[in-house]
Amino acid sequence: MRLQPARPLSLLRRFYSSEISRGNPLRVAIVGSGPAGFYSAQYLIKNLHDAQVDMFEKYPVPFGLVRFGVAPDHPEVKNVIHSFTTTAKLENFRFLGGVCVGTTITVPELLARYHAVILAYGAGKDKFLGIPGESGANVMSAREIVGWYNGLPEDAALNPDLSSPTAVIIGQGNVAVDVARILLTPPDLLAKTDITQHALAALRKSRIRNVYLVGRRGPAQVAFTVREFRELTKLTNVNTVFSHSDLDTIRTGLGNFPRHRKRLMELALSSGERPIKADSKNCHLKFMLSPRKIVKADGVIHAVNFTVNRMEDPLDPHSAVIPTDDILTVKCGLVLRSIGYEAEPVDKSLPFDKSKHLIPNDQGRVESPAKGLYCSGWIKRGPVGVILTTMNDAYETVDSLLDDLKAGLINVEERKPSREAVVEFLRSRQCDPVTFPEWEAIDAEEMKRGEAVGKPREKLVDVRDMISVAKKVDLDLAHEEAL
Amino acid sequence: MQRLLPALGRSLAFFKSGNIAPVVGAAAARDTTWYFNGVLRGRRWNATSAAPSLASRVAGKNEFKVKFIREGKTYDAYGKAGDTLLDVIINNDLDFDGFGACEGTLACSTCHVIVPQAEFDRLPNKPCDEELDMLDLAYDLTKTSRLGCQIEISADLDGIEVTIPATRHDARG
Repeated sequence: MRLQPARPLSLLRRFYSSEISRGNPLRVAIVGSGPAGFYSAQYLIKNLHDAQVDMFEKYPVPFGLVRFGVAPDHPEVKNVIHSFTTTAKLENFRFLGGVCVGTTITVPELLARYHAVILAYGAGKDKFLGIPGESGANVMSAREIVGWYNGLPEDAALNPDLSSPTAVIIGQGNVAVDVARILLTPPDLLAKTDITQHALAALRKSRIRNVYLVGRRGPAQVAFTVREFRELTKLTNVNTVFSHSDLDTIRTGLGNFPRHRKRLMELALSSGERPIKADSKNCHLKFMLSPRKIVKADGVIHAVNFTVNRMEDPLDPHSAVIPTDDILTVKCGLVLRSIGYEAEPVDKSLPFDKSKHLIPNDQGRVESPAKGLYCSGWIKRGPVGVILTTMNDAYETVDSLLDDLKAGLINVEERKPSREAVVEFLRSRQCDPVTFPEWEAIDAEEMKRGEAVGKPREKLVDVRDMISVAKKVDLDLAHEEAL
Repeated sequence: MQRLLPALGRSLAFFKSGNIAPVVGAAAARDTTWYFNGVLRGRRWNATSAAPSLASRVAGKNEFKVKFIREGKTYDAYGKAGDTLLDVIINNDLDFDGFGACEGTLACSTCHVIVPQAEFDRLPNKPCDEELDMLDLAYDLTKTSRLGCQIEISADLDGIEVTIPATRHDARG
């Protein structure tokens, strides 16, 4: 150790660090490479600089919902990738892509190899409406259509039929608004984003002119935030259509809303009061409607039947929603449910709260007999909140971990298999993990393909293609040779 | 020094950003601030040299001073006219966790700052709708809140003191 008396802080930190780890650094596995995973890694390494972090990701490519969830016309939100990449390039950080925790390696197997495991794999399932007609063609979740236009491998072949003039989106959160905006934005504008080419081609042929955003409650309870709604109102080719009675409800409540709600309601009012342009597309905001049936003939969607609700006090967010006997029918050819994501346990060994759809935890400490198990992000608190929320949440989890380490609840003295042994173990399970430099090869290839078509990036959507580029092998050729 | 260490209680919390300044710097001089770096600005934490102290630094030519107050500690920083507060934080290597996640593109609220009323009233550019939309999502919002990426420093604002609200209490959590 080289000591520099002029740098007392450095000296202190190095001494202190060796005091803690005694040459045996804390080894942590993080499951998932989205914001919850990367903010956890960042904050952990910042506070414990010799910690060794291995980040396991199901796909060969990192960044989770920043890549697969953030809308293609929101490139600025993806700027967080820059700081995630800085973290990923630290020598005590490793990205292990294409490793499915729960099948390739189980959580108990991770716990045997690391002093601590942080589960940050999010919420990958959708909620269902539970109504007749929900299965079958052209009824899908907003998550799937987001995955389709953002290049999520399992949704690449979704192939929604956009030939009907009307789409109904059930739900009024930011995902619903994102999907409405993508369906209504002129494709020439989308062509400058990293939207997948298959989605762009389909949207160019789309005949959708009307998108209904339908909520169970009233206009004063919408879940989307003002930024997302403002973007919708800025589309010059789109009318935002409210009913007169809903605009009246908003006017009545305007004086009593808190700041953020007031600004959103003012924008709803001003956009709803604009004259309707006959040659424009329409985004209809419909309230107090619960879907009861998707009407089909010969498997083709004709309409959605809704139960009309009422609320005791339409301005009170806690007022009960009461169904009436009235039914409203909206004719349409595409139904998207956007009523929330659901998490699931990746591993049988994990405790799971089946009603809240999350891993039961105390400030990120998983309530489990297994020591050293933590969770962060949507799997910890449910699928709500923006990146800022997830960032704070990750810091809380890592603080819990550091407190436990300080309290001796994590035994750093326990020797764990080497970093190399982990990779050997994965290979023994026929999994050759994609490294961060290999991801950078995919990244470069995607940008090259994007440049050819005037886009910032053309995403690879096939896992085999990703691995071919990452490992610089032609998998098809390799397969033929093996035969 | 080695004997001193166990007395610190083996507290890992010691490594936390907020705790380093008082241990080393605050006792020495009120204005001493240790600037250090985590993962975001390179890996100087692991190098033998600590991040530099800017304590003795004075404003250079055409430079203006900004005081950031965060979790009760003061951090002095300097920038040129036209630099935003976010630029100043980055250029002075102030490692405030998660600050400026969207890099000044009005797509997040992580650079939320609270400005004293007098300076708030003097700021030449008023917040646009997009800035207010983001502030709506910020924690600890006040009537004089702004996004740091939207405030440009100038001779008029030299010495401005802004508060960075603590990030770690999520009312919605």
